[in-house]
Amino acid sequence: MSITCQLSNLTSKKANQSTGGVRKPLFFLILCGLTTSVVIVLLIFSPLSKKEETSSCNGEARVLFRHKNVSTSEIHALVSFFSDSDQVTSFECRKESTSGLRSNYCITCSLNMEKQSCHERQCFIPDGGVPWNLNPSGLEHSISPEACVSDNLEQSILQPKEHENHGEEPENHGEELDWDLSTYLRNTWWWLILGVLVCHKIFAFHSKAPTERKEKGSLQEPLAQKQQRGQAPSKGAGRWRKNILLLGVMAGVSVSIWWFWDTNEKIISIRRETLANMCDERARVLQDQFNVSLNHVHALSILVSTFHHGKTPSAIDQKTFGEYTERTNFERPLTSGVAYALKVTHSDREKFEKEHGWTIKKMETEDQTLVQDCVPENFDPAPIQDEYAPVIFAQETVSHIISLDMMSGEEDRENILRARASGKGVLTSPFKLLKSNHLGVVLTFAVYDTSLPPNATEEQRVEATIGYLGASYDMPSLVEKLLQQLASKQTIAVDVYDTTNASGLIKMYGSEIGDISEQHISSLDFGDPSRSHEMHCRFKHKLPIPWTAITPSALVLIITFLVGYIFNEALIRIATVEEDCQKMMELKARAEAADVAKSQFLATVSHEIRTPMNGVLGMLKMLMDTDLDAKQMDYAQTAHGSGKDLISLINEVLDQAKIESGRLELENVPFDMRFVLDDVSSLLSGKANEKDIELAVYVSSQVPDVVVGDPSRFRQIITNLVGNSIKFTQDKGHIFISVHLADEVREPHNIEDAVLKKRLALGCSESGETVSGFPAVNAWGSWRNFKTFYSTENHNSDKIKLLVTVEDTGVGIPLDAQGRIFTPFMQADSSTSRTYGGTGIGLSISKRLVELMQGEMGFVSEPGIGSTFSFTVVFGKAETNLPVTKFERFDLAIQEFKGLRALVIDSRNIRAEVTSYHLQRLGISADIVSSLSMACTCVSKLRNLAMILIDKDAWNKKDFAVLDELLNSSKESTTRPPKILLLATSATPVERSEMKSSGLIDEVVIKPLRMSVLICCLQETLVNGKKRQPNRKRRNLGHLLRDKRILVVDDNLVNRRVAEGALKKYGATVACVESGKAALAMLKPPHNFDACFMDLQMPEMDGFEATRRVRDLEREINKKIASGEASADMFSKVSSWHVPILAMTADVIQATNEECMKCGMDGYVSKPFEEETLYTAVAKFFEFG
Amino acid sequence: MELVQMQKNLQDYTKSLFLEGILDSQFLQLQQLQDESNPDFVSQVVSLFFQDSDRILNDLSLSLDQQVVDFKKVDPHVHQLKGSSSSIGAQRVKNACVVFRSFCEQQNVEGCHRCLQQVKQEYYLVKNRLETLFKLEQQIVASGGMIPAMELGF
Repeated sequence: MSITCQLSNLTSKKANQSTGGVRKPLFFLILCGLTTSVVIVLLIFSPLSKKEETSSCNGEARVLFRHKNVSTSEIHALVSFFSDSDQVTSFECRKESTSGLRSNYCITCSLNMEKQSCHERQCFIPDGGVPWNLNPSGLEHSISPEACVSDNLEQSILQPKEHENHGEEPENHGEELDWDLSTYLRNTWWWLILGVLVCHKIFAFHSKAPTERKEKGSLQEPLAQKQQRGQAPSKGAGRWRKNILLLGVMAGVSVSIWWFWDTNEKIISIRRETLANMCDERARVLQDQFNVSLNHVHALSILVSTFHHGKTPSAIDQKTFGEYTERTNFERPLTSGVAYALKVTHSDREKFEKEHGWTIKKMETEDQTLVQDCVPENFDPAPIQDEYAPVIFAQETVSHIISLDMMSGEEDRENILRARASGKGVLTSPFKLLKSNHLGVVLTFAVYDTSLPPNATEEQRVEATIGYLGASYDMPSLVEKLLQQLASKQTIAVDVYDTTNASGLIKMYGSEIGDISEQHISSLDFGDPSRSHEMHCRFKHKLPIPWTAITPSALVLIITFLVGYIFNEALIRIATVEEDCQKMMELKARAEAADVAKSQFLATVSHEIRTPMNGVLGMLKMLMDTDLDAKQMDYAQTAHGSGKDLISLINEVLDQAKIESGRLELENVPFDMRFVLDDVSSLLSGKANEKDIELAVYVSSQVPDVVVGDPSRFRQIITNLVGNSIKFTQDKGHIFISVHLADEVREPHNIEDAVLKKRLALGCSESGETVSGFPAVNAWGSWRNFKTFYSTENHNSDKIKLLVTVEDTGVGIPLDAQGRIFTPFMQADSSTSRTYGGTGIGLSISKRLVELMQGEMGFVSEPGIGSTFSFTVVFGKAETNLPVTKFERFDLAIQEFKGLRALVIDSRNIRAEVTSYHLQRLGISADIVSSLSMACTCVSKLRNLAMILIDKDAWNKKDFAVLDELLNSSKESTTRPPKILLLATSATPVERSEMKSSGLIDEVVIKPLRMSVLICCLQETLVNGKKRQPNRKRRNLGHLLRDKRILVVDDNLVNRRVAEGALKKYGATVACVESGKAALAMLKPPHNFDACFMDLQMPEMDGFEATRRVRDLEREINKKIASGEASADMFSKVSSWHVPILAMTADVIQATNEECMKCGMDGYVSKPFEEETLYTAVAKFFEFG
Repeated sequence: MELVQMQKNLQDYTKSLFLEGILDSQFLQLQQLQDESNPDFVSQVVSLFFQDSDRILNDLSLSLDQQVVDFKKVDPHVHQLKGSSSSIGAQRVKNACVVFRSFCEQQNVEGCHRCLQQVKQEYYLVKNRLETLFKLEQQIVASGGMIPAMELGF
């Protein structure tokens, strides 16, 4: 009970685990999906970023190209301007200086870049070498500087070529990137698989190890000990496996974290570098532009000095100046306007004012807010000062400042003074410009007399100053314009500060937006050493979420956890499996022990039941022998029948138990299989005839007469199968038992045996010829599956393999039940036992018996058609000269029949073959025809026909009349006409006597045919003396009893007379006495009686008493003879007296029998005498006499 | 022709005896014991049986008519009768004797009386029939025919 419970538990657990097993592949699928998706994402990302970089590169290239373009277009403008005024020489000089300046800058710039690129490469090269640390974004970023380097270095090279380079390089990088990524992923994958495999190996080894150890342990070992041995190592292994798993998971997590950190760091540093690069670049561009403007303003100042002051009259007036400055405005990209102010001393003010027709006005600083209504007329005249610097020429954009005194503005005055002193361009600090109200700076150049030496002192310079050229820079709009031209302006926010006054930064341009945490400062040099400026750059947006860092590390993390989970599951599974295995081993051992115990119990119990059952049966038998009325008899018979059934069941169970516990041993005695089959068929013929089933037995002629084996077990198998067949066959058809050599069947093409040939030739057709004509399942199907059937190894000369087939036309076995047909106590259907009875153990026993006989059992069955059971057995070959075990009485008969000829008329060929087989056993050769009419045609040809056997199916009165006439007509020629025998499956005595009395046939033979029946019938018909056999037997009995002197003791006169008559019949000399006393007197030694038959119940002295006394007498005398008191001569020279005394009794009860033996009797015969019993009883004593 | 008819009559008559259950196979055995050396065996034995049975039945009637029935005397008589009847195959007599003995064991006087009547009835029946049988046989023998052997196997 508990075992089954636990078993069911285990199975349910298993079921659970199996569902877990289904879950696991799902995880793997998810894992695979994740990896592939990540790979795809990475592949998509990399070309995108590449594109971005190339576009930025292109943008930068474009900027640079524009610079170049700008300078060339500037030259073009100058050329066009000066070509008008025929002044080419001075232009050429300028051109040289500008181009020289330009290339100089370019070289420094490119050098810087190279340094950077080298730095980048240093990171890049190790990256390429170690794919593990590879950082895609880093790699991608390294592209841009390199591209820029090439861009910068090969500035003079044609643009298309540059484009080509741009096109190629990113591609190469892309390929490299792809390759690295894929190898990296592949490697990881391989490592993962390898890891899984290794772990699996380890697990397998560990799970195997304990079981192996267990197997080594002998079964007798106590279970507990086994458990300890099994569990201890497995537990230890489980612990260290868990630890390793934990370590592995931790390692995976740390790798993932490290990876994330490393990648993130790289991303940040690259971002910083990018920022610095961009900032520097912007600063450079701004500075560059500013310098360009500065230079140009310087040139303008020289222009003014040359053409305004150097020439008289002046070559420049307001109109020329305005036009020129307007046309060359593109040369000064950062200026909003230029103006020229003249140095006027106070003494010259009058003259100047008169000359120009306007007064010098003062710049009103307080009014600067009102830029919109800034009209020069509104300004007040400048206050009296030493010097004035009234604007005389101005660009159109700033024409409103003409006549304004620059010296009156604070910033301007200071600026003018400094410019005059230094002789260089000077910048003001940022202030709000007039009119535009933007923050701006003013650049001022002093215009000197042309005669100023290059190393002039400050005083000389002030002296030589004749005017000032100013240019205003509108910082915000200009910087904006400049930045517009640069790429990725959206990503970067730029601020420009004036840092001359260290304590207070003056913001010239910028906004508050952007990520303040990270900014880069580049210094700006606008050519004025006294003023310093700075550019602050920062990213507009905060650092984006670093997916490139997160994705792979998250992936590693996921993989780690997944693998960890899988291994954890596996560990748990292993642990449970090991535990279950332990339990199963335990349960198995218990189950095995229980099984052995069960078998032993069954064997013992059934044996114990059998003994008392025999008593019960014996008593019932005796009870039935007593005088019972019909009702009692019925009861007793029922009881006896039930008891017999019970005994047979117990025997079956005992057999099963014996086989299971391996205690069944097979006999090895020579026996004739044909007689065994005869026995079986005669035993079961009653049942078969009741059901009107035809029972036929056929043994191939190649099967030897005598084989060595266990006849009783062989018989049991056959009886079982045939009994089953009878049980399941309903009132029609046949049961056909056939025996062949396995060798015969093995080669279907050279079959000599007629019956086998016919059966096999039918193929699998079910409507083929069978014994009864009803379809049966082809037996070939059941032979085919035998494993040992085709093996030729058993070709020992002393072994023969037989194939036995039992074919029936029964209900068949349902297809779904065919698998369990050999399971003990399992009938095809539980309803079967209700319908047909039986325990279902027979087939199982048969199968096991067959297996014990080194054979196999199989079957084919089709419901509704029938079943065919086949089995093979291996028997020993008997020695050729072994005394034949046939009954002697048959020997004589066979001698009589040898050489006779018979004609078998049967419509069914197989059945005719079976009949002829039985005739051949008697030495009668048989011819076969299929019908009576055919018999008519051939009967005349057959000479010396001793008999004609006609099957009832072929019987036909009309045809037979013809045949009979034919036979009678040929009566003259032959000595006697052949006897006619009719073969019938069943016939009542009345039918038989009718048939016989009709005079047409001589005898009816009831099938199944068997030797004894056939011999009897043939003897009766052929020899025509039905008393012949009994006579022969009597002769034997007479031989035994002839001239024997026998004393009959019986008080009953009639009995005495009958006994006397019977014994006399056998030639004995009989003396009769009527009482025990008389008998005692007669049997007192010496006497000459050879035997005494004594009645038991007699008045005065019964048989027991009389016998006892006789024995006493005999003992006394024997003692005397032995001791020499009396000589043997006195007692007819008999040394030891012992007259056989046989009891005559009506009731042969065991108890009586025992009593008989107790009082010294030698046996008993039933009264009235029956030949057989008398013979057997007497034979004991007179065999050797 | 008459002989054949007589033989057939005898056969039929014998058969009827068996079919009615008056005789059983023991009688056939008895017939088989009769041969050339002992031609009147059956009739001898049967006449012995008649003498013996007449005596026994007489004794039984006397014993049972007494005031106090001594069953120890009755039983051996019945036993005797049973033995001899079974020896010649007088089946119904034997069966009646079996019942008689059981009543004797029970010491049932009334039952014994009834059984005695039954036994007597059966005895006279078998006696009558057997005498007829022997008469028929004698007729056949007198007319020089053979007594046909009875068939076994009923």
